[in-house]
Amino acid sequence: MSAILELNGVSKAFGAVVVADDQSWTLDKGEAMGVIGPNGAGKTTMFNLVTGNLAADAGVIRLNGETISKWPAARRCRAGIARSFQVPQPFAHMTVFENAYVAATQGAGLSSVQADKLCLDVLERTGLLEKSNVKAGGLTLLERKRLELSRALCAKPSVLLLDEIAGGLTEHECHALIQTIKDVRETGVSIVWIEHVVHALLAVVDRLIVIDFGKKIAEGAPEAIMQSDAVREIYLGLDADA
Amino acid sequence: MDWINAVIQGVLLGGLYALFAAGLSLIFGVMRLVNIAHGDLIVLSAYLALTVTTALGLHPLLALVIVVPGMALVGYTLQRAILNRTMGDDLLPPLLVTFGLSVIIQNALLAGYSADPQKLQAGEIETASVALGSIALGVMPLIVFATAVVVIAALQWMFYRTALGRAFRATSDNQDIAQLMGLNRAHVFGLAMGLSLAVTALAGVFLGMRTSFDPAAGSARLIFGFEAVIIGGLGNLWGTLAGGVILGVAQTLGAKINPGYQILAGHLVFLAILAIRPRGLFPRIDG
Repeated sequence: MSAILELNGVSKAFGAVVVADDQSWTLDKGEAMGVIGPNGAGKTTMFNLVTGNLAADAGVIRLNGETISKWPAARRCRAGIARSFQVPQPFAHMTVFENAYVAATQGAGLSSVQADKLCLDVLERTGLLEKSNVKAGGLTLLERKRLELSRALCAKPSVLLLDEIAGGLTEHECHALIQTIKDVRETGVSIVWIEHVVHALLAVVDRLIVIDFGKKIAEGAPEAIMQSDAVREIYLGLDADA
Repeated sequence: MDWINAVIQGVLLGGLYALFAAGLSLIFGVMRLVNIAHGDLIVLSAYLALTVTTALGLHPLLALVIVVPGMALVGYTLQRAILNRTMGDDLLPPLLVTFGLSVIIQNALLAGYSADPQKLQAGEIETASVALGSIALGVMPLIVFATAVVVIAALQWMFYRTALGRAFRATSDNQDIAQLMGLNRAHVFGLAMGLSLAVTALAGVFLGMRTSFDPAAGSARLIFGFEAVIIGGLGNLWGTLAGGVILGVAQTLGAKINPGYQILAGHLVFLAILAIRPRGLFPRIDG
């Protein structure tokens, strides 16, 4: 399989604080990759570098083999990268439908008619259809998280970046979310998913990477990674040789 | 009857003020840009119409066919080439640049057209009127008012029903997220300024047909526009029309009491509304 997204030696620092340290990884077409690591490890920063919210100090980011490191965020989105935010950031004064519609017309470049259809389809899948005409500012936290996912999907991404969208869900909701993400993947979308709810992550991803202090410290098959000393140390506070 | 007449004339005048204000309101709403040069751009449109009418022998209303797209193009270019470079978290740089622009436009007009007052000659339509009982309504003021209503309705429809309008509102809501949704901020801002100046062109031509203008006439129009926007409430287009009407009526009633009070009466009403309702009469209800 060929790589759709590739990071090569990507670094970023704010003054003396290194938030991304020589990160390299690739995402294959159609693959789903999970990202774990402690809070403040630089997982969200990594997404910011990929989407263009932040400019990398060094290194190269490639999408389908094309270097996008210098592209503005809007162009990266139109090229196929969409994300959801850990802290939902809807357009609060616009309706749920309009939030999705902006992504469909601007990000996916659809005509008005096509966008209408896609938005309704996506909102139905994410369970927000009956909230279509509600102002996004009036949604509950869980609904906002679903809107994050809806908006990202309406941009018709080839690479979908999900940032902790399973946190705070009930068992049932989490199960529905996993199914939605699996369905999205079936349509050929490649996924990178940052998540603390490990069982949800393991139900979907083929591969895990572990990030700590802005560095990729482990990578491999999910089961092997979860058993590894590095992860046990981070999550359980155990010494590697304890 | 005289008083009723004054109120009606004021309402119609309010249509012109709403046109002054609509473009100002639009760009403030979309990109938080306070355009100090707005009044001078209105006057620039009037001069552009003057050149078109004299060069081609067109009626001023027909000249709109050239002036409106011309000013829209000026707006888009101005935004992309100059104003976008000043946009950021700070309101001050664009404010200063548009102030500079205001000075440049005034002086360029002075150099090009001299300080002599000019007027757009519209012929019979200037004095035509229809009788409503014992009150005579000018045809031109009626056209201007109807245009204002149509423009406001069209802008409202555009904002809430079209892809472009939703892009404007998304940008206004959260620029960073809008860009992550694939929205090209520089282009969207350019379109907003283009649209703003297209409305400004209408206002400028109507101004030039109603009264004489000179290169320094812009600042008073800027103030009237601002007052209409603030009275109506920021971010509310129908409110802007109401604000224009209130300002217009205040002025004609002031003039009725004493011709010297016309402008003063408008400012006093503005001040009173600002004191009682600092967010205007119809502030946007935020979700």
